[in-house]
Order: sequence, then C-alpha cells, then structure tokens
Amino acid sequence: MTAPVELATRPPASAIHIGAHDQVLLVLVLTAATAALSCGFVSLAPDRLVSGAPVMLWTASGNVFTIAMVVLGGLLLAVSLLPPRPAAAAAAGVIAAISLLLSLATLGAAAHTLAAAAAPAARISAGPAFWVIAGCAALAVVDALQRLRAGPLLTAATVAALCGGVALFAVAGIFDALSIVQEYETQRLVFATALTRHIALVAGSVGPAWLIGFPLGVAAVRRPRLQGPLFAVLNLLQTVPSIALFGLLIVPLSRLAATVPPLAALGVGGIGPAPAIIALVLYALLPIVRNTTAGISGVDPAVIDAAQGMGLTPRQIFWRIELPLALPLLIAGLRIVTVQTIGLAVVAALIGAGGLGTFVFEGLGEYALDLVLLGALPAIALALAADFVLHLISALPRRATPR
Amino acid sequence: MIELDRITKSYGGRAVVDDLSLTIRSGEFCVLLGSSGCGKSTTLRMINRLVATDAGTIRIDGKDVASIPPELLRRRIGYAIQSTGLFPHWNVADNIATVPRLLKWPEPRVALRVTELLELFRLDPSGYRSKYPHQLSGGEQQRVGVARALAADPELLLMDEPFAAVDPITRDALQGELLRIQRATKKTIVFVTHDIAEALRLATMIAIMDKGRIAQYAAPLDLLEHPASDFVRDFVGHQGLGLKLLSVRRVAERVRRDETADGEPLPGEASLSDALSAMTARGTDRLPVIDPAGQPVGVITLADLVR
Repeated sequence: MTAPVELATRPPASAIHIGAHDQVLLVLVLTAATAALSCGFVSLAPDRLVSGAPVMLWTASGNVFTIAMVVLGGLLLAVSLLPPRPAAAAAAGVIAAISLLLSLATLGAAAHTLAAAAAPAARISAGPAFWVIAGCAALAVVDALQRLRAGPLLTAATVAALCGGVALFAVAGIFDALSIVQEYETQRLVFATALTRHIALVAGSVGPAWLIGFPLGVAAVRRPRLQGPLFAVLNLLQTVPSIALFGLLIVPLSRLAATVPPLAALGVGGIGPAPAIIALVLYALLPIVRNTTAGISGVDPAVIDAAQGMGLTPRQIFWRIELPLALPLLIAGLRIVTVQTIGLAVVAALIGAGGLGTFVFEGLGEYALDLVLLGALPAIALALAADFVLHLISALPRRATPR
Repeated sequence: MIELDRITKSYGGRAVVDDLSLTIRSGEFCVLLGSSGCGKSTTLRMINRLVATDAGTIRIDGKDVASIPPELLRRRIGYAIQSTGLFPHWNVADNIATVPRLLKWPEPRVALRVTELLELFRLDPSGYRSKYPHQLSGGEQQRVGVARALAADPELLLMDEPFAAVDPITRDALQGELLRIQRATKKTIVFVTHDIAEALRLATMIAIMDKGRIAQYAAPLDLLEHPASDFVRDFVGHQGLGLKLLSVRRVAERVRRDETADGEPLPGEASLSDALSAMTARGTDRLPVIDPAGQPVGVITLADLVR
C-alpha cells in the first residue's frame, strides 16, 4: 500500500521528460481518454434480443456533458503533474469522485436522449467506454485515498458519499431509460425475492461453515497430525468445479429425502437450497480452517511460554492471548469466504436454489444480456460491500494491536 | 530454599538432565551456567513445572512442587525469558498486571503495584503505562518483562537468559539494575546463562552444568580459584583468569582506611577491575573510595589490586 507513495516522494528520473508526479493517475486519465475516443459510450439496440450498435460519447450525450467530462479529465491530468502533496491527492480524490458521478449522470442523460428519438422497443445500455471511464474514476478515488493514507473513517465517508450520490440519481429517475432499469422494472417483485434469497443463502452457508471450520482449525493446531488429512480433504473439495459439486449432491440428497420424510418436509431434497447450502459450506471450509490454523499457530511461541510460565490456564491462554492475536487473520478468512460465497451462490441457481443467479441463467438462456447484468451487477455490489465492511472491521482492532 | 533431589529428564531416550541434585538457599542469586544443550534451561523449567520431571523431586521450602497445581505454583514464582514474551496486544500496565490480576488483587492495588514497579525500573509511569510492547526499545521491553515477573512479589524468580538478546551496553545496565533490585528485595533468583562474565557479575553461587549434571556448585571466587575439575577449569577459562578474579572482588575488601587521595572517588561495591580501569584511564595509582552513603572511607592503590 505504501509503494506508490514512496515512488511518488522520490523524484523519478522520467519526471524530467514527462513531468508527472502521479503516474497512476496519469495512466488512468489516458486510459479513460483512449476508451472515450475509440469505443462506444452507450450501445443502442432496436430490441431486447439483438446486440446493439455503439454510440460515441459526444453523439450520445450532447455538448454540455461532453465538455464537462473533458474539463474534469483535464483537471485530473493537471493534478497528476503537481508535486506529491496531500492537497494534490485530496484534489485528485474529489475530482475523480465527481467524474465518477458525472459519468453515471452522462450515461443516464444519454439514454434519455436516445430513447426519446428511438422506437419504444429500443434498448440502451452502457458501452465499453462508460465502463472504462467509470472504472478509471473509481480507481483514481482508491489511489487518492491510499496516497492520503486514509483511515477507516475517511474511507467509509467517501464510499457513503458516492453511494448516496448514486442513490439520489436513481431516485431522481436519471437511469430510467437504461435497459437494465427497464429489465428491473419488469422483474421488480422477483428481484426483491431473489436478492433476499441470495443474502439468505450466503448467511446460511457462511454461518454454519464458520461454526464447523473454526473448531476444526483450532483442533488442527492442537493436533498437528490432523493437519495432513484435514487439509488434503479440504483442498480436494476446493478443486471440484462448483457446477459439478452442485450436481453430485442431487442424487444422495434426493435419496435421503425419500428415505427420511421429515427431512423432505423441512425442504431437504436433490434440488433447491439444501444442496446449495451444503456445497457452499464445503467450499467455505478451507479458507476458514486455514486462516484459523494460521492465525493461532502464528502466535509467537515465546508469548505462549511466558503465559504458561506466569500461570495462565490453557483456557485463559486461548481466550485472552491466542484468540485476540489471531483475530486479524480470522476476520480476513471471513472476508475471503463471504466474497467467495456471494459469487458461488450465483451458480447455485442452476439447481433451483434461487438467488441472483436466476436472472443470470435466465438471461443466458434468452441471450438477454441486460437480464444477465441484472443478476451479476447486484452480486458484484454485494461482494464489494461485504468486502468493504469486513475490511473496515479488521482495520479497527489493528489500531489497538499493531502487527 | 529450593531442593532439586536427583531429578532426571530424558527426551527420546537421551538424558538431558541426569540425576541432578542441587540445593539453593533462600536469598541466593544462583546462576546455572553452561554451554547450550547442557540442560540448564530444562532444569530451570522443571522448577515451575513447565517441564515435567521423569524422576526425582523438587521441593520449595520443603513442599513438593508436584503436589501443587501447576497454575497456582507458577503464579507464586516470577518468570522472565530471553524474548520477553510480552503480550503484544496488551499495554505495559496490563502486561505487568498479569499475575496480580490472576491472583484477583483489587484493581487499585494492581494500579499501585504497576506504578511502583515502573518506578523501580526507572520507567516514567505516566509515559510508559499505556505504551504497547512494539513501541519500546529492546532494553525497555526486557525491563517490563522482569517487572512483570516481579509483579506479584514472588519469593522466587526464574530467569532464562533474560539479557541475551540486548546489546552489551543495555545488558550492562540491566544487570546493574537486577543486582540493585535483588540486593534490596532479597529475592531468591535462579538465572540461566551461557555468559561467564554475566555469571561472575551477578551470582552469589554458580552451578556449572555439563551433560545434564552439576560439574561444580560454588561461589564465583571459589570457582575461579579452586576449579573442581579440568572441565570447570577449561570452562571458566584459564586465559584472563587474573582479570576475572579482579572482576569478582570488591574494592571495599582492599581499601586502606586511614589514607586520603584526590580525584573522582570509586564506590566500595565497584569491582577491582573497575578500579584498575579507572586508574589506567586517569593515569594514577591511587583513588579515593566512598561508601554507599557517599562518605569517604579510604584509598585503594595499584599495589592493592594484586595484594
């Protein structure tokens, strides 16, 4: 995390030629500009199932938005040439955040303009140039936060401000002409159910996986002989492709449900949430067990020796010494597993578990890419949000217990 | 009094401690001295039952340690180790308070004791209480480690090469502080080291160990003047024997009481090697000597060093 800062404080040899102090920002601005000039900003299709034709930024969104985008890009370019000072990083962060919001507003406005002129069945979606510009702006915000050595508070405030802006745009109807929003309008009721089901699948898998994985990890530390076979099994499970594992569980579970009717009454069966949750738990075990083992066995043996020598009981050593010192790695494990499970749960829709994957597979079946995005984008947002929140949590204890 | 009575410990069929007997009187500063692998650390760790004995008994004040639950035993014995083992997620005050809190001392008494110990080790309590171990220098960490071992005011202190990892100047200062504290509190200390100079400086009694046995148990001066075997003679080193002898004898033993001299005085507790060093550095053969209260007691001359 500190590497770019160090690079920036040392005057690079190339500075004489390029004069850039923030090469990361420079590259991002140039990438965004190249994308805007070479790819379509939006994509216009006559109907839902046909692929669209690219429309360039200036054609799609008119002069005001185009000029605003160019001005912001120019400002960022200028900032990247400034000497590395906190003020420059702060300016870059603010301008990049505004650029991100502006690119979204431009997209919405372009969609409205094009929709007014096109046939009612026409579909307008974001083009490659939009994704690249928005992505570069987001990365520039992240880069600025790192240069400012932002703490959890500033980071959370920045993210909240950006999310607030997007929410405001959405409520104001700016995105209404976009095809993904139209897709959402037709799926509105199903979408809420799918999102809730997705979150339930993730929580219902990560929770039990932790309850199983944490004791397993502790046991592996206490009995090192257990580690070989345990990790062999968990690694093997991890290598089974998710679709195959979902499929493999169908037969034993439907047989189980047939022989034990009370289980069937509880919803256990070859398809549906039960096999999905079992598979997701199995995938989640390896990171949880591995991080638990690494966290606890990573505690300095001298610390344990001193604790024993002063008369702490094994139970006290576990709760007061080993667990707090392993906490950063335990939270890191939870983070990996949550993000991984949010992604894998999309696939679970294949065996009728529901969730956001339903849209993805329906969309794939109909070749309706907007429907695929309606499943994929919320899943990505969910993963990013979970990652961010758990990252904030893990940053809190690190302040009290560095290293 | 600590009695080790024919204790044995084997790992994989090899005796690390072999039928070892040793009696350490109360108030003694006993150093277990030997090269690595001689069993000195294992012997130390059997006293507070961090290592179980295979055979033999260990008694503290006549009571067999095996009859005391290990955690209760250890809370009564101070324990300090080379890498300090300070809890990295606890601040200095919490680290020092570990054993008092295990013993359920009331919090005001714990806080008072922490202040007292920080002052004893010349660490400003207001500045150091809330620091975390990683914010301390190696010497400060070691001071806190020893302070933590002394926190519940144990009669017995076990120390396993506590100063081996700090630089020579800091080590010298820490040894001085430990001597001062031991002389003031009359704790019984069992101290493991492989450093002969450290042993000669600190010990009232030295147990030289070899292959899991005691090669000789004697006061530092006896050990130098009357080594019991060739092993001991080789270990303490024939080379520089005279300088080692100077380092264990005190100026107070040789002082001429009825004379006076000019210059910066030496304290009576200084070693004869300190006196030789001071004379060489100042180009003189006479130095005044003072007592701990700072009152002049006489003079030491170059000739007195070899008398």
